[in-house]
This record gives sequence, structure tokens and C-alpha cells, in this order.
Amino acid sequence: MAVAVRLVNRNILRPGHGRQYLAFGSVVQVKTASLRAVHSLPEKVKIVEVGPRDGLQNEKTVVPTETKINLINMLSESGLPVIEATSFVSPKWVPQMADQVEVMKGISKKPGVSYPVLTPNLKGFQAAVKAGASEVAIFGAASELFSKKNINCSVEESLQRFDDVMKAAKEAAVPVRGYISCVVGCPYEGKVAPEKVAYVAKRLYSMGCYEVSLGDTIGVGTPGSMTEMLEAVSKEVPVSALAVHCHDTYGQALANILVALQMGVSVVDSSVAGLGGCPYAQGASGNVATEDVVYMLHGLGIQTGVDLQKLMDAGAFICRSLNRKTSSKVAQAICKL
Amino acid sequence: MGNIPTTVKHCLSYEQTIKDYPWLRRWLQEEKIFTEQEYPKFVKIVEVGPRDGLQNEKEIVPTRVKVELIDRLSATGLSVIEATSFVSSKWVPQMADHTDVFQGIQKAPHVRYPVLTPNMQGFQDAVAAGATEIAVFGSASESFSRRNINCSIDESMQRFEEVINAAKERQIPVRGYVSCALGCPYEECIEPSKVAEVAKRLYEMGCYEISLGDTIGVGTPGSMFTMLQRVMKDVPVNVLAVHCHDTYGQALPNILVALQMGVSVVDSAVAGLGGCPYAQGSTGNISTEDVLYMLHGMGIQTGVNLDKVIESGDFICNALGRKSNSKVAQARCRRTL
Repeated sequence: MAVAVRLVNRNILRPGHGRQYLAFGSVVQVKTASLRAVHSLPEKVKIVEVGPRDGLQNEKTVVPTETKINLINMLSESGLPVIEATSFVSPKWVPQMADQVEVMKGISKKPGVSYPVLTPNLKGFQAAVKAGASEVAIFGAASELFSKKNINCSVEESLQRFDDVMKAAKEAAVPVRGYISCVVGCPYEGKVAPEKVAYVAKRLYSMGCYEVSLGDTIGVGTPGSMTEMLEAVSKEVPVSALAVHCHDTYGQALANILVALQMGVSVVDSSVAGLGGCPYAQGASGNVATEDVVYMLHGLGIQTGVDLQKLMDAGAFICRSLNRKTSSKVAQAICKL
Repeated sequence: MGNIPTTVKHCLSYEQTIKDYPWLRRWLQEEKIFTEQEYPKFVKIVEVGPRDGLQNEKEIVPTRVKVELIDRLSATGLSVIEATSFVSSKWVPQMADHTDVFQGIQKAPHVRYPVLTPNMQGFQDAVAAGATEIAVFGSASESFSRRNINCSIDESMQRFEEVINAAKERQIPVRGYVSCALGCPYEECIEPSKVAEVAKRLYEMGCYEISLGDTIGVGTPGSMFTMLQRVMKDVPVNVLAVHCHDTYGQALPNILVALQMGVSVVDSAVAGLGGCPYAQGSTGNISTEDVLYMLHGMGIQTGVNLDKVIESGDFICNALGRKSNSKVAQARCRRTL
């Protein structure tokens, strides 16, 4: 009975779940097994579009408010279910996000689409809610040195600072997403212990974050380190609550995302046109391009709800506004055919 | 379920059930089956930069630069470097200096230097120049075959049979390539069975290795899996290599899936030399540096020194007056920490 309960809880009997046939031990002749069936890849993947926030935050040019609003509106039309709109951080620290309130109030919020915003502290949270935000995100790091250098406190202290935000969010029934940076490598510490990532993930999850996004902040991860890290984290946090946020600085992002999917992760962060460079390797790329991720997922038969053409239109728009080339290989290839 | 007390125990305690029936964990997919994912311990890299790479570069590269590139690559630990192509200079001006290149390079004892030989004339010239390994090219697409080499797949196979027989007489190993294995610029869709048919034919004619090429880079892990699954029914996996183009950014996840299926030979080009003739300005070959970074990160041995490959890439990019297509090379040279 305990086993049956476990089975039901794990939703193993969901149709289309490739492994269920193998699990029941019956011989099922699968004529042409797809990769999805053999490796139990998810049927659907939720893309969390971080271009307007994480992407633009790392771009040198300060983008006019109207451009940001247009970008977010175009992304909403492309079918993306989650679009990180802005960050309620002090403009002193992040001038790019100074127009946070205007952006939040100016966008056309499409029904069924979430527009989470970053809230580094209670003040930011209150401003966000006032501006109409109905989902927020908080940040931790898996590296002590990174935490110290970035926000001048230890990892534990940073998590405690978010206690206020978590409490306020619970009272206001506002869901909170947690981010962890440096999950496989740190520009200061080098390799990061998977157990540390697991610890921070567990903390964020038990504090009340509905989802924890694991970020390869400097893009040094490979399918090897990604697997090791996800194995440790998924012992502490259910894999359905995990997301991967891969940077493509060393070209490894899509391969890393693929292994994450093979391990049961079904939420992927990415940035339209690959917006956002790497602050630790000037001129190198940062976020993986949403277009390239969607191309891979659709090729795997995985549903995303995203219209690739409309997404590329949004990418073309922001690149024109920023006067830079897209970092998406799919966009480059398709427009040059 | 045993006696009543045991039954009650199992009903009430999942942990007890698992203790008594350890196989249940796997059945319930709680054990991480993925960690049993086997990868080859060693992957052979076939460096195609000096031939496939340079052939697709617009600028004609001086002979001494080609020779120096190959000599530098010979000192990196690479065991196979495709040196040149004995094709008519009328069709491929870049390779007009094939004899001078082949005779000019320092042939390292542990390295093989295959050359392309599209026909008997090319084969004879190659042998006269001292070649000890050759390669022939087939296509899985009729349209591509007709447009590229002005004959059907069948006719091309007959031509190659002549070359392969001549090579056999001289005990010269022959590598076979199959282009358009995952897509064609002219045909809508390439059937995996066609790829298998061409691969099998080349193998049965006497090719010791068959390299399956995603010529326009449109493949995804899904189509790679389906194609390889079909080809492996007719050709042993240890004979197969993958030649992935990164035009749509999919090369590394495609290579990853190939490794998961048992392929252990990967073609790549230093600095990602060689664009895509079907999407002007887009990238073509996957860069050797990015492949090495991934493989080494997964604990897979290659015998190749990544830093030395990066240096070789720097050399050829300076000579060509262009940036490297390798993300690893770009990140390394821009690292600020």
C-alpha cells in the first residue's frame, strides 16, 4: 500500500511517460523509440524568459523604458509562460533597472503569463507589490566568496535577509522563486561542492520558494559537473521544483540543459537573443539564447507553447534597439538562409 | 506478500518495504538510473580544420600557413588530422596546393593524415604525394549528390568502389563520409533508412570508419538519436563517427547523445573553422576546443591538450584575420578573473 501511494504521488501513471512501460515489466514493442521515450524526457518544458531582466541587466547600453515594454509585450505574444520583467533593486546599484515601476505598470500583462520580478529585500518587495507584481524572486549563492564579493555578506546571512521577504510574500500570497548562483563553478572559488548547492537549495525550498533555479553563473559547467550537482540537489529538493539557468560562455549550455532534462528537470531559464554577457569574461556570451533552447526542445518533440518565429521577431527587435548582433545561432542561421 | 505481520509492516512503512525488496527502488524509478549512463572512456577526435574547415573559408590561405597549422595541430596530441583534399583546383581553389601541403608537413609518428580523394585521379595524385590514408564522400540526399558532385548517389558509390578497391590493393585505409545525415538544403526530410543504406554500402565496400555528417547543422538530439538508432542496425557503432555542424547551436547536445549511444569518434575543426555555405555568415563545423572542454569535463579522455589546440586556433585566426568560433577560446582570452 505504501508503494501504491508512492506510485500515485509520483504520477508515474501519466500517459506518454516513456518509462512507465518499462517499469511495469511488460514487453512493449516500440517501433521507433524516440530519444524522449528512451530517456524519459519531459513532455513539456516551461521556459522562464529572463531576457528583459537578467539579459538587459548585463547589457552595457541603458535601454529606454518604452523599448523594454515593447520587448516584454512581444515576448508575451510568443507564447512564453513566464517572463522576468524587471528588478526592484536600488537604481544606484543597477541603473538599467531604474525604471522598474514604469516597466511593471506599462506592460500588457497577458492572461496565463507570469511576470516575476527580483526583490533583493523587503523594501524592494513592497515596491514590487505596489507596482502590481504578483510573483517575486530572491537570490542566493552556493559560493561564500561570491556572496561576500557580490552582496558583502555570507550565504547564510543572505538567506536570513530574505526571511522578511518570505514572510511578507506568504502573507500577501505572492509566490517566490529562488535563484542560486555559482552552482558548478565560481569566478573566485573555482569548483563548487555539490553538497553546498544542495544545502542552499534545500534552504530556499523549505523557506517557501516554489521553484529553485540553479545557475551556472560563469558557464563553466559540463554535462559531467551538471549531473553531479543535480544528483546532490535532487536528494534534497524534488526535481519538479528545480530549474536550470545555464550560461553559454563555454558553449556548454545546451548539452547541460539536455542532461538536466534527462534527469527529470522540466524548467529551463533562457534569454531571448542570448541577451546578457558575462561580467567575468568581458565580451564573452552569457545566457543561453531562448531561440536555441526552443529549437532543441521542439526537435526533441517536447512542447513549450512557444512560437519560434514570434520569439525570433522579439529577438530581432531588441537587437536592433541595442544595435548589436543576436547571440542566438538559430536566429543567425535562419535570417541568413 | 509474506505472513501477516510482514504484510502489515510493508503496508505501513515504505522504508521497510524497500529494505526487504531492494529491486523496488529501480521499478519505482527512485534509483537514479541515469547515473548508470555509460559514456565511452576514450573518444578519438578527428580534426578536420585544415581540410573541411579551410575549404569553407573565403580567403585563400597560403600554403605555408596551412603547413604551419597542421604542424601545430600535430603537437597537440590529436591522432588524426585531415590534411587536404586531392580534388580538382577548378572546383576547390582552396585545395589547389594539396601536393605541396602534404609534402610540406612534418608527419608526426603518432598522427595519421587522411586526405580526401573524390575519384581515381585524386587517389592516384594522393598516393604519388605520399598519402597513407584516404577518405571518400557519399550523401544521403539525391539532390545534394546531384548538385554537389553532379551524379546520383548510386553513381557516386560506383566511383568510390573503384577508389576503395585501388586503396585496398595498396593497403591504404579508407574513411567514408555520409553528408546530409540529418537534413539537406534541398530536400525536406532525410529518412534514417537512407542514411543507413549509404553507410552500410560504404562499410561493405571496405571503409573502416563512417562519419555521419549533419551538413547544415539542422539536427537536434531527437533526430540524431533516431538516425543513429537506424544506422546502428546495419553498421556496428564502433565504426561510426559523428560530424556535427553548429549552425543552429545544436552540435554539442547532438554529440552528447551520440556518445550516450556508444559512438566514440567525433569530427571537429579547430576554432570552428569553416562556415556554412547554405546560410551565409553562419557557423559550420563545431570547434574542437568546445568539444574537448565538454569531453574532459565529463572525465572522457582524448589524449589532446586543450591549451595547445587553443594556441593553434589563435594562430590560424590571426592568419585569417578573423575571430575564433570557439566559445572556449573566446572565454579564455577574455577572462578577467
